[in-house]
Amino acid sequence: MTIRDTFGKAKAEGRSVLVGCMPAGFPTVDDSIRSMVAMAEAGCDVIEVELPYSDPVMDGPVIQKASDIALANGVRTRDTLRIIEAVAGTGATVVLMTYWNPIERYGVDAFARDLAAAGATGMITPDLIPDEAQEWIAASDRHAIDRTFLVSPSSTAERIAMTVANCRGFVYATALMGVTGARTSVSSQAPELVARVRAADPEMPVGVGLGVGTGAQAAEVAAFADGVIVGSALIRCVLDAPDLASGHQRLRALSAELAEGVRSVKPS
Amino acid sequence: MSAPVLPDLAGHFGRYGGRFVPEALVRALDELDAAYRSAKDDPVFQERFTGLLRDYAGTPSLLYRAERLSAAIGAEVLLKREDLNHTGAHKVRNVLGQALLAKRMGKPRVIAETGAGQHGVASATAAALLDLECVVYMGETDTERQALNVARMRMLGATVVPVTNGSRTLKDALNEALRDWVSSVDTTHYLLGTAAGPHPFPEIVRDFVGGIGTEAREQCLTQLGRLPDAVAACVGGGSNAIGIFHAFVGDERVRLYGFEAGGDGVETGRHAASITGGSAGVLHGARTYVLQDEDGQTVESHSISAGLDYPGVGPEHAWLHDTGRATYEPVNDAEAMAAFQLLCRTEGIIPAIESAHALAGAARIAPRLAEELGRTPTIVINLSGRGDKDVHTAGAYFGILDEREVLVPGEQE
Repeated sequence: MTIRDTFGKAKAEGRSVLVGCMPAGFPTVDDSIRSMVAMAEAGCDVIEVELPYSDPVMDGPVIQKASDIALANGVRTRDTLRIIEAVAGTGATVVLMTYWNPIERYGVDAFARDLAAAGATGMITPDLIPDEAQEWIAASDRHAIDRTFLVSPSSTAERIAMTVANCRGFVYATALMGVTGARTSVSSQAPELVARVRAADPEMPVGVGLGVGTGAQAAEVAAFADGVIVGSALIRCVLDAPDLASGHQRLRALSAELAEGVRSVKPS
Repeated sequence: MSAPVLPDLAGHFGRYGGRFVPEALVRALDELDAAYRSAKDDPVFQERFTGLLRDYAGTPSLLYRAERLSAAIGAEVLLKREDLNHTGAHKVRNVLGQALLAKRMGKPRVIAETGAGQHGVASATAAALLDLECVVYMGETDTERQALNVARMRMLGATVVPVTNGSRTLKDALNEALRDWVSSVDTTHYLLGTAAGPHPFPEIVRDFVGGIGTEAREQCLTQLGRLPDAVAACVGGGSNAIGIFHAFVGDERVRLYGFEAGGDGVETGRHAASITGGSAGVLHGARTYVLQDEDGQTVESHSISAGLDYPGVGPEHAWLHDTGRATYEPVNDAEAMAAFQLLCRTEGIIPAIESAHALAGAARIAPRLAEELGRTPTIVINLSGRGDKDVHTAGAYFGILDEREVLVPGEQE
């Protein structure tokens, strides 16, 4: 299913989409496939595969650490594509989250082509703003990959309008000024930011990320957003577990809790 | 020659530069850009800046005719004595300018990244002078190697945060500073230490350190009655080099040479030569030359000089390289250390190891230029910093410390 269809289907069901993030190759290629499949089976509507990068300036300590482990274990860009293929092959909706340099290095058009062939339907670019994205916009159009750029509480109305106009699929609203990582409370800036995106384009689905870690928080965000994006809390299930089996168990349990959270409320 | 005005309004030098940052930082960068444009046209700001440079930092720095060094390398050598500035390097120019900008924007806190600690010390100095809170991010490996500079920063009232992720060096300190900034932009100015990073930093830093070149150019005209044949500088991030190059870019007959840190030799892979040993990519907010593997992951840099030990370079250098206006060559550790010793022995000046790369490069190009010109060439070398901070490294390198000192933990590889 494409990312657009996934949002459309959830909307028809009167609920938000749950997006679960996991770095490719963490801790190994096969383990990360197992993690992602487990997340999808337990209720994540979209699997956000993060391509591990040496200098992830938008990410907090959990994703940094998981990415470092994946890179130390030798994960390559082509492994990430292989992981996407395996996960998409189970029927899950897959999007890629990636910093820009690995894509530029691979070749922008070639990457869009191979990403589409692997079965991903969208790509999130945390350090590529539309202002610098001419090449990506052309390549993603050519290969029918949905584009997700970020908006932030500090974005001006003009920038929100410009960013949303360049997105396809959904727009990623960073709920607070900061890096990724679970927080004890959901940012009060998030609902306002979602409202500002809707003012720019009432039709564009809005996913909210940064800070969600529990079913209750997922429900809270689902009340005002079209998508709830969870990364660090899910990754920590594996990172902090004594062994992979118990890590995957926790991952399933948290995914199910979050999935229940997004289903417990009707988006306004 | 009518040089194009660069960067363009979006911060591009040809295909380089720009902004590859999270959206959360765009407003802060726009604010900084606007504040800088208004400061640039504000005579009160400019007077305050030049007043501090003159009365506090001790500029214009001297342009010194180094006769014994000249004889040794076969060129007429003029040293731009940035090592005599307050805090011992060109960096004071940048930090004073940016700290004044922070004040102007009403931001009470500055953050900075540092490798060897020189930019951290300079930032802490400017913050103390202008009553700003200062937090410096420094890779844990570097805090151990440069304990004295950590003490200096703390003495000046700054908080030093050791960074324990990634390779625990300058690039990771920069990542951490960017992460801090994403969370604190309302109250905080990121006092970036070199002419790199997202727009408008490369332009702002270039302009704040640009006095090096305008002074040197005037001093050449006054002292020699003509321009030099060549200008040489070391290039890590590239601020001292762009600072001295910029005023000469329009003087087509003045050759510009940037000397990168060749470490163990570019062919060994253990180096910090982003232009001569790297490839175009995106790092820390800009498109430029970077050290990267075939997947675009940043590769760790290596240099005996902590100040040049960085896997990227300012985008304007990438452009000057591609257009051929400036020539970049690597200088390896051994060549730099030989030049370090040469300057000590011929002129009684202990240079920063960074600057020793420029000295070594100048010595290399001198015979080439002499042959091309058919006379002794005149070369201005940017002596960007003094070497007090490097005495321990150099002492160990030359084996002139007693054994107990050589074994100071963390200093040895």
